[in-house]
Amino acid sequence: MRFLISLLAGALFGTGLLISGMTDTTKVQGWLDVFGQWDPTLAFVMGGAIVPMLVAWRLTANRRPLNGGYFPQKSAPDLGRRLIFGSVLFGMGWGLAGLCPGPALASLSYGGIGGFVFLIAMIAGMVAAPTLGAQLDRAANAA
Amino acid sequence: MQPEWIWGLGGGLLIGLGAAVYLLGNGRIMGASGILGGLVDGSDRSLERLAFLAGVIGIPLLLRPLLLPEVQTHLTSNITVVIIAGLLVGLGTRIANGCTSGHGVCGISRFSLRGIVATIVYIMAGGITVALLRHVWGLI
Repeated sequence: MRFLISLLAGALFGTGLLISGMTDTTKVQGWLDVFGQWDPTLAFVMGGAIVPMLVAWRLTANRRPLNGGYFPQKSAPDLGRRLIFGSVLFGMGWGLAGLCPGPALASLSYGGIGGFVFLIAMIAGMVAAPTLGAQLDRAANAA
Repeated sequence: MQPEWIWGLGGGLLIGLGAAVYLLGNGRIMGASGILGGLVDGSDRSLERLAFLAGVIGIPLLLRPLLLPEVQTHLTSNITVVIIAGLLVGLGTRIANGCTSGHGVCGISRFSLRGIVATIVYIMAGGITVALLRHVWGLI
């Protein structure tokens, strides 16, 4: 059952990414390009995606997930340097190529060699992240 | 072809529906970088994560040729840029513990301060990157 829910969620996510245009890097870079030909599409995608989730978060109150367990607790508002530094790195890569993790996966079947190379590099970055994160913590403790 | 914002809105609703199914069904936050990252670093190699990836990758593989064969990624052919961008996205999303889906869609809809701040920061970093590379240095 958990397997089927995951498959369904992934299928909806992939379909949404495909038809929204978010696997097209020119549309993503166009949205980030406020000094050029600004493309508003991403704002509609983000707005559209938030609506069902506003409802979903409301439905989690006093309930438990269909497949048991508990809903994730709201994390403490920790705005530490991991959150900020990590988001800066992510934003730089996102602007550079116009791909974030979801669309990089969804476009794998039509993104050509470049799409594969991006995914491999992204996975390499994920493997290296704990090391860099730990260095960041050490620098914070030393300061 | 309808205006692109309608496709954006419709696609966005499906993305949000997927996140809602994942949350209400499995009690998990649908974050692409978190799901892939857990598989990569071995912190969670459960079958349900693989099933999610199968859906994300498999459905566009099946649907695109039938419905939207004109959709392309238009990714830069400069392989150095692709590698640097991929490394930055992988490093950054794991250090910040979230990307556009986790911090953006799931975080903002929960009014999570971390999600809202992360989203503002990565959008600003992306905007500055595009502005510098496109309009100052003319590289992309």
